Order: sequence, then structure tokens, then C-alpha cells
Amino acid sequence: MEKENNIALECKNITKTFGNVVANKNVNLSVKKGEILSVLGENGSGKTTLMNMISGIYFPDEGSVFVDGKEVLIRSPKDAFDLKIGMIHQHFKLVDVFNGVENIVLGMKNKKFNIKNATKEIQETCNKYGFEIDLSKKVYDLSVSEKQTIEIVKVIYKGADILILDEPTAVLTPQEISKLFNVLRKMRDDGKAIIIITHKLNEVLEISDRVSVLRKGEYVGTINTSEANEQILTEMMVGEKITLDIERSEPKNSVDRLVVKGLDCYNSDGVKVLDDISFTAKSGEILGIAGISGSGQRELLEAIAGLQKLSGGEIIYHNPKTEKEDNLRNKTPIEIRNLGVRLSFVPEDRLGMGLVGNMGITDNMMLRSYKKGKSAFLQRKEPKNLANKIIKDLKVVTPDANTPVRRLSGGNVQKVLVGREIAASPTVLMAAYPVRGLDINSSYTIYNLLTEQKEKGVAVIFVGEDLDVLIELCDRILVLSGGRVTGIVDGRSTKKEDLGLLMTKSKSGKENE
Amino acid sequence: MLTFLVNAIRLGMTFLLGSTGETITEKSGHLNLGTPGVMCVGASCGCFAEYIYFDAVGVIGINPVLAILIPVAATFLGSALMGILFCFLTVTLRVNQNVTGLALTTFGVGVSDYIIDKTDIIYSLGSDYFTASLPFAQNLGWFGELFLSHGILIYVALAIALLTSFVLNKTKVGLHLRAVGENPATADAAGINVSLYRYSATCIGCGISGLGGLLFIMDYLNGNWEYCVDAIGWLAIALVIFTVWKPNLAIIGSIIFGALYIMSTYIEGFSTETKEIFKMLPYIVTVIVLLFTSIRDKKKNQPPQSLGLNYFREER
Amino acid sequence: MSKNNSKTRSPLFHIVKRDPMTWYGALGVRIFAIAAALLLSAVVIMLLAQKNPLEFYKAIIDGAFGSVDRIWILAQNLVMLLCVSLAVTPAFKMKFWNIGAEGQVLVGGLATATVMMFFGDKMSLPLLIVVMTLASITAGIIWALLPAISKALWNTNETLFTLMMNYIAIQLVAFFLKRFVKSGSGVLEPMHEYGLPVIADMPYLLNIIIVAVLTIIVYIYLKYSKQGYEISVVGESENTAKYIGINVKKVIVRTLIISGAICGIAGLLLVGGTNHTISTTTVGGRGFTAIMVSWLAKFNPFVMVLTSFLIVFLERGAEQVSSQFRIPSSISDIITGIILFFIIGCEFFLQYKIVFSKHRKEND
Repeated sequence: MEKENNIALECKNITKTFGNVVANKNVNLSVKKGEILSVLGENGSGKTTLMNMISGIYFPDEGSVFVDGKEVLIRSPKDAFDLKIGMIHQHFKLVDVFNGVENIVLGMKNKKFNIKNATKEIQETCNKYGFEIDLSKKVYDLSVSEKQTIEIVKVIYKGADILILDEPTAVLTPQEISKLFNVLRKMRDDGKAIIIITHKLNEVLEISDRVSVLRKGEYVGTINTSEANEQILTEMMVGEKITLDIERSEPKNSVDRLVVKGLDCYNSDGVKVLDDISFTAKSGEILGIAGISGSGQRELLEAIAGLQKLSGGEIIYHNPKTEKEDNLRNKTPIEIRNLGVRLSFVPEDRLGMGLVGNMGITDNMMLRSYKKGKSAFLQRKEPKNLANKIIKDLKVVTPDANTPVRRLSGGNVQKVLVGREIAASPTVLMAAYPVRGLDINSSYTIYNLLTEQKEKGVAVIFVGEDLDVLIELCDRILVLSGGRVTGIVDGRSTKKEDLGLLMTKSKSGKENE
Repeated sequence: MLTFLVNAIRLGMTFLLGSTGETITEKSGHLNLGTPGVMCVGASCGCFAEYIYFDAVGVIGINPVLAILIPVAATFLGSALMGILFCFLTVTLRVNQNVTGLALTTFGVGVSDYIIDKTDIIYSLGSDYFTASLPFAQNLGWFGELFLSHGILIYVALAIALLTSFVLNKTKVGLHLRAVGENPATADAAGINVSLYRYSATCIGCGISGLGGLLFIMDYLNGNWEYCVDAIGWLAIALVIFTVWKPNLAIIGSIIFGALYIMSTYIEGFSTETKEIFKMLPYIVTVIVLLFTSIRDKKKNQPPQSLGLNYFREER
Repeated sequence: MSKNNSKTRSPLFHIVKRDPMTWYGALGVRIFAIAAALLLSAVVIMLLAQKNPLEFYKAIIDGAFGSVDRIWILAQNLVMLLCVSLAVTPAFKMKFWNIGAEGQVLVGGLATATVMMFFGDKMSLPLLIVVMTLASITAGIIWALLPAISKALWNTNETLFTLMMNYIAIQLVAFFLKRFVKSGSGVLEPMHEYGLPVIADMPYLLNIIIVAVLTIIVYIYLKYSKQGYEISVVGESENTAKYIGINVKKVIVRTLIISGAICGIAGLLLVGGTNHTISTTTVGGRGFTAIMVSWLAKFNPFVMVLTSFLIVFLERGAEQVSSQFRIPSSISDIITGIILFFIIGCEFFLQYKIVFSKHRKEND
């Protein structure tokens, strides 16, 4: 803190807990005027919680915040605004049925309310920073990047001097990212303090002046970007340099299990989210799926599981028992199961989809098996035994099998979910981000479980975000970009950089960066 | 025919006040099923205040302006208090809105019946002041009869509906209020005090709904208390849906409702039983509108997105 | 969130979600709420009637249990409220806000009354009872099914739809009375000869037995049947339901058929077993009260026995209070309202806790 008066925002010893989960512990952070600070950390490291406290969504348990050197209290978003702090949330805070201007002027103070004048002023702001956007369109008619533009214009128009952007690039195309970065640089040159939250190293190095790193809710340190490289940042992010020691066996007796041909899928907004996807999943191997989040991973797995309506293509399942080939396209999960297809699916949204948060482990076990038998009544004995077995085998920490799973920690929740899906002795096992938010030990439990399944001859499909893990765990890796397959590579010979390139490959086949 | 239209307007304005109040409340994200109770309490508070006032000054000492202002103020206050009760439970204590609303209706009907039992059920004297119209209205033929012959509250109802429509669509407060009802998290992040908006919108909304109850008794029923104010309240809620949350549309809608409700009495040749079928019509058309809007599933004309949901900022 | 407007001070307190309370803690909070409500009711009565609060409590108990007849009436009212509550519970557990029980019960009763009136003298009693039962159940189902199907197909707001259906039902009954009551008075004379059988000279015993059996059936259905499990899953998370292949639309429709059928039975018991006639107020707001009964009992049928007892006890007691103290009978609604507000309000303390700021005192 060389020049005290130059510091726009400073956090000292911030602590925040949710129930028994510590989200932030003694975090320190400062950002100067005319600077872009990256806050770097893995998923679940507490970045968003910290920013939510600065912008008044949460109230810290302990610690203090200084703005322009003065200690302040931020009890609500309104307080944050008064201190000229503006946050652009990862999940946009926009009112769908309002148009751009209405969303931007929302919450404005001390100005005569006049939509016409406001529109003019907002248009000027847009022109200044080079935003091109139709402000009269209702938000529900806007694309994701347009919505983000509205958010940014909103914060600037409201006169924020401290801008916080939470994972702003997650939903953008490479072109949109570089446009966004240009805007951010312009704002920095205007003397604004900018905090950008991300977990992508290349972006950190490209845009920021300094980097602060969080790890599991704790503050690790801050360095100047000019002195940083990917190696250093990774070490700060993950702690001591870890060599992932995942035992990877050679696939044995691999046969084609699931053949996907030319899948097309549109989402509810009419955007094409899967575009001519073709691949084969083989028994006894792990097929990894890599890609920037939102590239179609979720839709792909849900399509195979019978939860997405497809507009084209087919999903052929080779049944090892009957030797028959079944097309799973547009079949419901029940129909798929009735065909004798043993397909297990660990969805990304554990408590919102894979499990029922308010039910105990036993009742959650029943989700897959309750229909068994002709009786109209539930059979609780088997699920109970299974619950106890999973608790014992996977070392799930829980008071008992009836405690609502919502109250378990993330790692334990995931063990319950994966345990249940494996217990169905599947022939195909799909797992979406199964280690997200988990600590190292739990993560390894999951990796080992997946490898075990592979050795049993299951065709495992693993969607991951950590490239190191993908490379060490998977036999083959399929890369998705913008809903298309940009490559299927061998896990043993590929390099991280190659994957990175494939992930950012745009539609036309041209590479960005 | 003319009397029919005039009465349709008189009854319609009852619905209009009730539904305008409920619209304001719903725009803030509160589905207040206590509105029937609120209208009962409003009506009874107004009548009670009139009773007290007349009792205090005697028939000779009545000031015509006060004879209207006092009940109106009492009604507004009594109904707004009910709104505060609702908000305390749903905003501060975050209790389920449907359950709270229904309890509020039970409570409100009880309170109003109690008050009326304790006083008088004929307010024709007070009603005279409410139904007094412009002296020259009678001389203007059908035009005067239809548009100028009404009591003051009828015009107040129209003015409130138009004003509400204007405030909701053209002012900052309206914009903020709609944001609170659509997406309270967004409104909160924009620095809008969600709790304050919900409290004030619900209290003002309840106050206006309550005036509907007063109008029903003092104007439409000429001061004869009838224990069916709550039925009018449910129709007011129906009207909100019927007019897709637009107070200006509700002016037309309320007259249609009023007409449907009393049509049978004015058309000759209908038996008494057919009249009961006619009274069903407002509910049926409401169901049709509800179905129609949900089938079309347009983004426009939908209920406020977070209608019925309480907001807790630190929800994870 | 803060009640403190001063810019320089830290908020006095803020509210956070708490871990679930132990069952005895939760019970304690509820008992405290009821006690506080009773205390407030006594104060209200004292102010209105200038009577000793002890007399007030005595009158309540007297009104509920004062004589054998009163106990019978209490039991009858209890089972009727319980029956309607049982009807709305499966739907609520699915998070389907069916506030149309009032109408569903009423059309059930109307169907019963129609059968009694037109076929009473044309059939043998056993056959008549079968027809009555089928008619009332069918009517209840139809009334519940319309909102359910539109919810399943177009996601129509069920709260508003079922609410409207109530009044359509009421008008239908009004029409029926005007059209078919020969005297033209609009009041249907009780048709005692066509009702459900009376067991052992105790007029309400049959109702009590039927509802007791229903309570057990609904409990078992919700807790131990596969369909009951599906209802819980759909209610907790529609996404999970889809993920494991539950047909959500089918579950909605099926559950509302059950809801409507029980409402139909309630109508049958009210018209065929109790009143032997029908009017627009036959259901008497039970459709709405049942929602609170079910919600307060957290959808557990056995706890619902307690919550409906509480409400019926107060209603009956308050009636006694009103006649004994010569205050209008509407006092019963007021007291019920007060009690409801307290029990509803105390839910807050079960889910949230208030944390008072301990830090930064020096800024004050």
C-alpha cells in the first residue's frame, strides 16, 4: 500500500460463514484507482461471497471495509451504490419484462425521472465506450452478451467508480471477450477501479494489473501481473504444487457402447446449443468432455439421459446383454430404463436435480429404485441397506441415514449421489463436474470410483473443467466449443495447450488467440 | 336501460377500487388473498366512524364535507392497518402469503361483523352525502344521468385508477415497484428497499381496496349494510386477473363485471334461477382470461413474476 | 433489512437462516405462540366485554366440552374440518396451491343433494347411498381436475383458478336452490329419510369413523406408497422428478383427482350425513380453514387432527363466549384470526434466527 490515498477499496479480515460452512476467512484485499485487479480462485474458493459482501448482498460476520481510506458499512446494495460500488453479477440482475433503459435507470436517485433524457444520456454513455445495443428491446429478447452489456452500461451510467465483474467471460464468445476487455481498459484509463473475478489464468494475465488469489475461502496473496505467470498463479490457487496421481489403467476389451450421431438441439430461446455432435463412448474407458462452461456439456448429457428434446441425430445404445441396438433419441428416462439400458447420470446440479435436498439419504436412494416391484407401497429396507453401505464404503459424514442431504457438506452430498448412481451397476455412467466444489480428498474418492467403474467395463463419460484432471484421468477427451465437437484427442498424448486451443476454436474453424 | 348502466357503473366502481388496490399490492409481489377481509374492515370502519360522527354532532350539526371525509379517512386507515398486519407476517416474518391472506380474510370478516353488530346497520343518512350528485346533472338528459349523476366516490375511484395506471407506468416509483414485484433480487441489487416498497404498496393498496368496501355500502347499497362485502372482495381479485394487472383496463373491466353481476335484474323475462347463473359470469370470464393468458404464454400480460413469493436477501 | 437509519452505525441485528430446530424446541415455540395468542384474546375480550379473563377461558372450555351434545358437535366439526384438510394435503405436498376445496366440497354436496332429491323415492336406500357417493366423488373430482389439467398443460396459476371455481360452485348451488325448491323460498327442507345410515343412534358416529379411516389412509398413502413418494419428489423439486423419469403432469392430475375425490366425500358427509340439505354456506369456509390446518401441521395427517382440533375448539368456545357475554358471535372469527396469526407468525422463529451485532460497538 504504497500510496494510501490512491486506494479505492480495501477489505480487512473479512469473515463470513453460512451455517457451519466458512465461505471467507480473514480475507484481505485492496484495489487502486485506475487499476484492474483480478480475484483468482477455484470454484468454491469464496470469490463471489466476498464480492457479494462488498456490494451489500451479504453482511460480513467480521472484518471491515474501507472506501477511499474511510471505514464504511455496507448493509445493503443501496449503501454500496452510495459508495459508488457497482457489481455485475454472474447471474444478471435484470427485470425480464423491462427494456434496457428501464433496467438501467432502476434505483436511480436524485434525478428527475425522465425516460427521454435518460435514454439520451445512456445512448451517449454507450457511444463513449463503443457499446452497440438497442435500448428499447425488452430484456427477454436480448442475447446473453447483450444482457451483460446492459449490466455494464447500468453500472457506468450510475456513476460507479469501483466496478466488480463476477465471471464476466463465462458466457461470452472469444470475440465478445476481447471487446469486453477493451471496454474494461478504457474504463481503467478513466480512473476507475475494476475488480474482475475469474478462474481462467489466460484472462488474468491478459487483462489485469494485479492478481489476488483466494483458496478455500482464505486469502493467499497478491502479486503484480507483470511478475506472474501461469505456473506461479496455479501454485497460489491450488496450494502446494500437486502432481495428480490418478492411476490410469489401459482400457481392456473396449467395445462400442454408445454411438452418438449428428445430435442437434435448440434451447427454449431458440438458440442452437448442440450442433451436429457425433462420438462413440466405449466400454471400459473414460471419455472426457472438455470445454468452456456453457458449450453444450449439460445439454449433451441431458439429451443422452432423455431429458432434452432433440431436433436431429440419433443415440444408439449397444446392449451387451441382448446384443441389440436401441435408439434412445427422444425417449423418456423411464422408456430408456424399460429398454434395459443401465444408464447412470450424475448431474451438475446435485441438490436441485440429482438429489432431493430435504430428504434423507435413504429416501434419496429410493429415487432410482422406488418403482421396483409390483406392490403399490414403498420398500424401504433395501434403500436403507444401500444408504448404510454407501455411508460406510464412501465414508460419508452424516449423523444418520435420515438426515436431510441438504445439511451435508458438498463432498458428502456428491458421495451420496455418485454412490447411488454406481449402485445401479450401470453400463454407461455420465458425470457432470462431479468434483466441483469438493476438497482434494473427496475429489480423489470420486476419481477412484470412476476409474473403478471403468475397470469393471462401464463406459464412463466425464465432464470436467480442470484440464490437468481430464488429461490424467481420461482415455480420450472430446472438446466442445459453442455446441460443436472441435476435436477428440487421446488423453495420454495430448497437452493442455492443445485442449485450450480446441476449446476456443470458433465455428468457422478459425482459432482465436 | 339507463338505470341499468348507471347501476353497473356504481357497482363496477366498487370492483374498480378493490382491484386497483389489489393490483398495487400484487405489483409489489404480494398476492393478498386477504383483500375480501380488508374490504370488509374498510367498509365497517367507515360506517363506524360515520356513526360516531353523527352521534357526536347530531343531525343538525353535520358538515357535508366532514360527513364524507371522516368515513373515508377511517376506512383508509383501518384497511391500511390490515395491510400492515399482512406485511408484518409476510415481509418481516416471511410467512406464506396464501395462508396469511386467508387468515386475514377470516379475521377481517369477523372484525367487520363485530363492528357492525355493535353499531347500526342502516347508514342511509350518511349515504345521502355519498350519493349526492351535481345539482344540474338531472337536467342534462341521458348524458348527465350516465356520467354526472354519481356520488363523489365514483369519481374518486376513476381518478385513483387512472392515477395508479400513470404512476405504475410513467414514474420512477412505479418502475421501482414493478421491479420489486418482478424480481426483488434485482431491485434489491439496484438499491431499492424491497421491504419498504412492499410495505407501502400493500398498505396503500389495502387502503384503496377498503374504499371499495365503503363505496359498496354507502353508495351502491344506499347505506344498507349487507354481509356480503367479502364476496365483492373475491370479485375484485378476479377483476385483477381479468384485466391482466392494468388499472386503466380495469375501468372498462369493472363496468363489465358490474353489468354482468346485475344484468339479470334488469333484463326482463329471466327467472330468478337464471339470474344466479348470470352472477356466475364474472368468475367464468375470469377463468377464461386466466386460461387464455397462460396458453398464449406471452411475456406480456403475465402476473408479476415473483407474485406470492417472499424475499430473503441472504437466501442461498 | 436493518431498522436503523443512521449511516454511521452498524445494524442492530440481521436475520439469518437457522439450522432446523429440535422437535421439542419447535413444539415449545408453538405452545408459546398459542399461549400468547390466548392471552391476547383474553385481553381483547376483556376490553370488549369487561369480563374477567378467567371466565373467558372457562367459557371457552365450557363451549367446547360443556355437555355431551357439545362434545358431539365439537367432534363432528372437527372431523369435517379434518376431512377437508385431508383433501387439500396431497396437493399441497406437491406445492399445488389448491384453494378451491370450498368449491370442490360444495359441488360434492350438491351432487349428493341432487341425487337425494330426484332419486330418493325411486331407489332402495343402499343403492341410493352408492349413487350418492359416486355422484359426489365424481363432482369433486371434476371441480379439481379442471385447474389441474390446465396447470399440467399450460402452467395456469392454480391459486387463482381454484379460487374462481369456488364461486362458480356457490352460484351453481344458488341456481339449484332457486330452480328446484318447489316452495320458491330458496331453502331446501332437510331430507332426513334419504341420508347416510345412523349407527347406534349416534348421528355423527359414521362421519367420525369414515374420517378416522381416511386419516389413516391418507397418512399411509403419503408416507408409504410409491405415489405418495412421487408427490413428495415433485413438490420438492420438479427437476429431480424429471431426472428420475416421473411424469410430472400425470402426477399433478392424479393427485388432484385424489384431492377432489376426498372433497367429494366431505360434501357427501356434510349433506348426506349431517345436514340432509344444502345451502351456499354449507361448507362454511372450511375449504379455506383447511388450508391453514394442513399447512400448520406440515402436511402430516395425524398432526392435522391436533391443528383442526385447536381451531374447532376455539370456534366452539368462542361461540359460547359470545352468547354468555352477550357479544356478537363474530368474536369467534376474530379470536380464530388472532390465534392463526400467532401460529403462522411463529413459523418465522423456527426457520430464522436473529443475530444481534456484537462487533463494532465503538462506532456508536
